[in-house]
Amino acid sequence: MMTRILSGDFPRSRLLTALLLAVFAGLALAPFLFPGARAINVAATICVFVVLAASYDLLLGYTGIVSFAHTMFYGIGAYGVGLSLHGVGPTWSAVLMGLTIALGLSLGLALVIGLFSLRVKAIFYAMITLAVASAFAVLASQLSDLTGGEDGRSFGVPEALRPGFRLVEAEIFGTAINGKLLTYYLVFFGALSLFLFLLRVVNSPFGRVLQAIRENDFRAEALGYRTVVYRTLANCLSAATATLAGALMALWLRYAGPQTTLSFTIMMDILLIVVIGGMGTLYGAAVGAALFILAQNYLQALMRQASEGLTAVPLLANLLHPDRWLLWLGVLFVLSVYFFPTGIVGKLRSLKRE
Amino acid sequence: MTTTVTTPPPDGELPRLRLDKAPLLVLPILALLALPLIGSFPTWVTLTVAGLAMGMMIFIMASGLTLVFGLMDVLNFGHGAFVSVGAFTATLVLLPMQGWMQADSVLMNLTALGLAIALAMLVTGLLGWAFERIVVMPVYGQHLKQILITMGGMIVAEQMIHVVWGPDQIPLPLPASFRGALLIGDAAIEKYRLIAVAVGLMVFVSMFLVLNRTKIGLLIRAGVENGEMVEALGYRIRRLFVGVFVAGSALAGLGGVLWGLYKETLTAAMGSDIMVLVFIVIIIGGLGSVGGCFIGALLVALVANYTGFLAPKIALVSNILLMVAVLLWRPQGLYPVAKR
Repeated sequence: MMTRILSGDFPRSRLLTALLLAVFAGLALAPFLFPGARAINVAATICVFVVLAASYDLLLGYTGIVSFAHTMFYGIGAYGVGLSLHGVGPTWSAVLMGLTIALGLSLGLALVIGLFSLRVKAIFYAMITLAVASAFAVLASQLSDLTGGEDGRSFGVPEALRPGFRLVEAEIFGTAINGKLLTYYLVFFGALSLFLFLLRVVNSPFGRVLQAIRENDFRAEALGYRTVVYRTLANCLSAATATLAGALMALWLRYAGPQTTLSFTIMMDILLIVVIGGMGTLYGAAVGAALFILAQNYLQALMRQASEGLTAVPLLANLLHPDRWLLWLGVLFVLSVYFFPTGIVGKLRSLKRE
Repeated sequence: MTTTVTTPPPDGELPRLRLDKAPLLVLPILALLALPLIGSFPTWVTLTVAGLAMGMMIFIMASGLTLVFGLMDVLNFGHGAFVSVGAFTATLVLLPMQGWMQADSVLMNLTALGLAIALAMLVTGLLGWAFERIVVMPVYGQHLKQILITMGGMIVAEQMIHVVWGPDQIPLPLPASFRGALLIGDAAIEKYRLIAVAVGLMVFVSMFLVLNRTKIGLLIRAGVENGEMVEALGYRIRRLFVGVFVAGSALAGLGGVLWGLYKETLTAAMGSDIMVLVFIVIIIGGLGSVGGCFIGALLVALVANYTGFLAPKIALVSNILLMVAVLLWRPQGLYPVAKR
């Protein structure tokens, strides 16, 4: 049963299993365990980022391609649902329509970019995606008639997802069963099924070919696999998943804007999550995303205290300023690429072997 | 710089490299085509000079990157950090010397500016040396790790700028004598743009001379073509690597100062913002080719300026469209480097 659900890809480390179970349980029961708007928001963000990081790992960790356009697909998903709900009105058919358009656009773009640049070296693809993604971000903020520009668009969601909606009148364990809760579980189960789907993909024969291409593309080609086709397919699959993650995020936030979806900062966040969590294993993306988002939301408060305590020392106070937390992450990132290229997950797994 | 198409050798002479002229012709043709579309001659002159100035600045920033890639097969995604650091270092000179900057004397302005540029190039050169030592050296030959590591290096460098100079934007006014515009006929040309064109041309010409007329340049070009062979002939290519990396970083610093003065405000992200254009330029030019990078930079800047005037909505994606067009014509860039 578990073998089937996890596609035969077990965590293979007790500590990692415990960590993953903790993340899973924490997210599954978040509305009941951690009351408060902030906590549930953090939980929903973790759900979406797990999918986003996992789909990026399909490219970076499994196929060995560096893409900087992942937030573009994420943004297309968010904007697709958001603009359609904004334009048509809060109905489920609008959600469906937005999703279809967004998926179509994402797949088309991924296909074109892939065919155009994946024949050449990884480095070429990285540069082209960077250029296309930044042009897309500029476009989204400039076409303000359509996208709402820098302000983005707020929109209504279907009736059942609104906070005012009550499924049952009674409260369960002190938590109201309202639309907010339903939305959270929509996000949670959507993310869970996407994650399991990705797990299925990477453990399929197709996924094995991708790993072969990562290890030695020349040899994979010699074995008779058309590497361009496989790379492009992986690119499309990853783009589609990112689009769906974006749609989930839009439904949760009831807002789509450049800062929350298209900005380069988010691209960096995804990169950091995947590398620190562990490239080449989806569990790394899950653990990394959970730790990263938690740190982003709660560690900064700690840094603020430390910084205020050290106001007497000018440079040190600046170094510990909560806005500078990316500095420490960057250092951690560089160190982890050198010393733990397999990330947290790889480290945990090798602990077992020793 | 030149392609490898050779003509059959005349008696007793080595085969000469033939200059590939087609990409050279693209620029004047583009400029001439734009003239009837824009309609008014003075506007066209203004736009062209603005495009040339912008192109020169991009070239200064991009040349180091493309040379480093050609020679060492390292693409430094953190190159943008040097641009920002260069610009911010210049403030260390320019802000205290505000008096000299605002004085109504070309000489004093130039001294202040020269000092700022020298300091910026020194600091970014040193930073480049450290960057090569600490960040890039362990990952030679591994593209995936290079991209990740240099990206990480950029994040750290950008955050360090925030730590040292604070999180706010810094205004950087132009020196008094370079402000305003010259009127030639009806065409208004900003003085600072002429300066940028002059500096850019100077950098290009000296780079061209160093690469084509000196022994070091010969070694660098040989290294781009075939590094192992240069090593086999007994030259320490590692030192050449470091030298080129330092020079490339210093050029990025120079470009950063020019760009910062052009924008008149400094943000820590200015380097990573301009990197997108820089990447497009070196892709268009052919990875590793300095001549291609020069033409690519001018092409990108001119197209951006013309479309910005003719069709502002298209201008946002004009770079991408230009890149697609060039790559459809020459998939390896304007001047492909033989090895790749």
